[in-house]
Amino acid sequence: SSWWSHVEMGPPDPILGVTEAFKRDTNSKKMNLGVGAYRDDNGKAEAMIADKKMDKEYLPIAGLADFTRASAELALGENSEAFKSGRYVTVQGISGTGSLRVGANFLQRFFKSSRDVYLPKPSWGNHTPIFRDAGLQLQAYRYYDPKTCSLDFSGAMDDVSKIPEKSIILLHACAHNPTGVDPRQEQWKELASVVKKRNLLVYFDMAYQGFASGDINRDAWAVRYFIEQGINVLLSQSYAKNMGLYGERAGAFTVICSDAEEAKRVESQLKILIRPMYSNPPLNGARIASLILNTPDLRKEWLTEVKGMADRIISMRTQLVSNLKKEGSSHNWQHITDQIGMFCFTGLKPEQVERLTKEFSIYMTKDGRISVAGVTSGNVGYLAHAIHQVTK
Amino acid sequence: YLPILGLPEFRANASRIALGDDSPAIKENRIGSVQSLGGTGALRIGAEFLRRWYNGNNNTATPVYISTPSWENHNSVFVDAGFKDIRTYHYWDAAKRGLDLQGLLDDMEKAPEFSIFILHACAHNPTGTDPTPDQWKQIAAVMKRRFLFPFFDSAYQGFASGSLDKDAWAVRYFVSEGFELFCAQSFSKNFGLYNERVGNLTVVGKDADNVQRVLSQMEKIVRTTWSNPPSQGARIVATTLSSPQLFAEWKDNVKTMADRVLLMRSELRSRLESLGTPGTWNHITEQIGMFSFTGLNPKQVEYMIKEKHIYLMASGRINMCGLTTKNLDYVAKSIHEAVTKIQ
Repeated sequence: SSWWSHVEMGPPDPILGVTEAFKRDTNSKKMNLGVGAYRDDNGKAEAMIADKKMDKEYLPIAGLADFTRASAELALGENSEAFKSGRYVTVQGISGTGSLRVGANFLQRFFKSSRDVYLPKPSWGNHTPIFRDAGLQLQAYRYYDPKTCSLDFSGAMDDVSKIPEKSIILLHACAHNPTGVDPRQEQWKELASVVKKRNLLVYFDMAYQGFASGDINRDAWAVRYFIEQGINVLLSQSYAKNMGLYGERAGAFTVICSDAEEAKRVESQLKILIRPMYSNPPLNGARIASLILNTPDLRKEWLTEVKGMADRIISMRTQLVSNLKKEGSSHNWQHITDQIGMFCFTGLKPEQVERLTKEFSIYMTKDGRISVAGVTSGNVGYLAHAIHQVTK
Repeated sequence: YLPILGLPEFRANASRIALGDDSPAIKENRIGSVQSLGGTGALRIGAEFLRRWYNGNNNTATPVYISTPSWENHNSVFVDAGFKDIRTYHYWDAAKRGLDLQGLLDDMEKAPEFSIFILHACAHNPTGTDPTPDQWKQIAAVMKRRFLFPFFDSAYQGFASGSLDKDAWAVRYFVSEGFELFCAQSFSKNFGLYNERVGNLTVVGKDADNVQRVLSQMEKIVRTTWSNPPSQGARIVATTLSSPQLFAEWKDNVKTMADRVLLMRSELRSRLESLGTPGTWNHITEQIGMFSFTGLNPKQVEYMIKEKHIYLMASGRINMCGLTTKNLDYVAKSIHEAVTKIQ
């Protein structure tokens, strides 16, 4: 059975649905006097636009189809059974936040088994208010071990195995924010097993696909593994970082369903949630992302660029550790290279962080988190020197 | 990323367009702006804020009044924002095909104090029927006396009459009367930027301190909805509004669009009258903006769609922009057929 068997097919939007019906009509004399959009005397909007192949018409509520399809394929993999069978729905979202929120609203309205969302400790600061504003409650499971600056795997397994059945659990697909600590594949397998046993609803947040290891398939491994294990996950994607589209707000929300028919019903309800939020999503970022993903040459170029970004970050981690050794630090800094993605939980204490800021003008959050993206080969030596001074 | 509240140059210019260059509220530094995803996004952020903060801390029970008829999505926006008591106020008089002013004023007299009223700034959607300045004055007087909150929806500024200032008259009048209000603005139609989702929520408050606190709470709402707004469309609007040359060109473009719609209105009316189509058709030229409430009933609408492949709303609302000199005859004939064949 499915979480979504009870989700009914919702009615088409009274106004935008008219345009959908109009598009399906094959009569050459057809006219659309439904949606409120201006036309010139040729019945066109395009004449006012320089590039005749484009228009500024409202996107469908669910977004740009070429984008959402490519987004699903990027996350699930082209060989994914779930993707090929069409038993998924992907809607365009306002980057990661907007996608998370649509999913949260969907859960509030249609997931009656539980109001509880379990977040890892710690998680991205905005997760809590997003789910709260959607009307859900927040709980936590152990995740980060400050003593080792790595994953508290036994703590996580212990907590997750005790989560009440049919609760919602949020997982970071890769490059955990803020710790940079990801489970190894063997650990993901055990997590999947216990999640299945507890019959939990899994919500993946994937904001860094490609950006973490440099390999989009490797970064999506956990998501794909869970789906292969028969876990019908929810997924939020962001293109802010991996395509540098921050201000264009390109993202997507996906629900893996039992079958294509269920996916249609779920899609209809997602549209009903989106319409009173912002009607339909912005085109620009999705169009760029779609072009990149769907054009072989551009896609290849992008994959190389993403790998370049990830490699630079990985190299900064390596250089930071080797520079610390060179400074004569006797501490174990292995976690810096073990962690992955944009952020690094250094293990520095608040007093040490304060000294770094006051004495060296190096700024980071009080929890000792640094954004490795801000480190360069030009300043990594200075950073290592400063860290050594406050920790020796 | 843009700031949470949006592109500063966009926000300031967008609010200035609504309130006017010489707005006392702007001069007194008691306005705020939230860049939003279209008019819908502006309405939603405003609604979410009101539900949390308007009159005490929990406004789920505060009545929200929406005109009959109105844009269908208004209802959904306020329901999804958590309001439990959504009511209607009289607006459209189907018999006389005009504004039911007395009904509207009666509803306002009877509304609980501090109720929220959604007002269409101009070019009422779907009826195309706006109050006259005199009628707006009467509306404002009742609202002031009964402490009713004006939440304006301004999706067609410039598009209705061809003049930005004329179309903003009602909003500016309310400001001059000392109201605190919200105005949800859309730049979808008047800039043709539909799919870039360019909107703005203008907040007018009693003083700068109040507005500042309001904006700080709106930031929190925005942060859990979309974090920060899309940049592209806002940059286009900001650049246009802040360049004298581009601004002049744009105003001219808006007038061109409005004029074409006015032409289509008069052409459709004259054809229907020539055909002798039963009924009166002066409402087509008396109504204003993009839409016309034709008066066709649902069965006649179904005929238009199924037999004539002309798509319009079940309410009989048509988008006048869809008419062209080439299809006017076909549409007029089709309406004629629908009205004479179907009762």
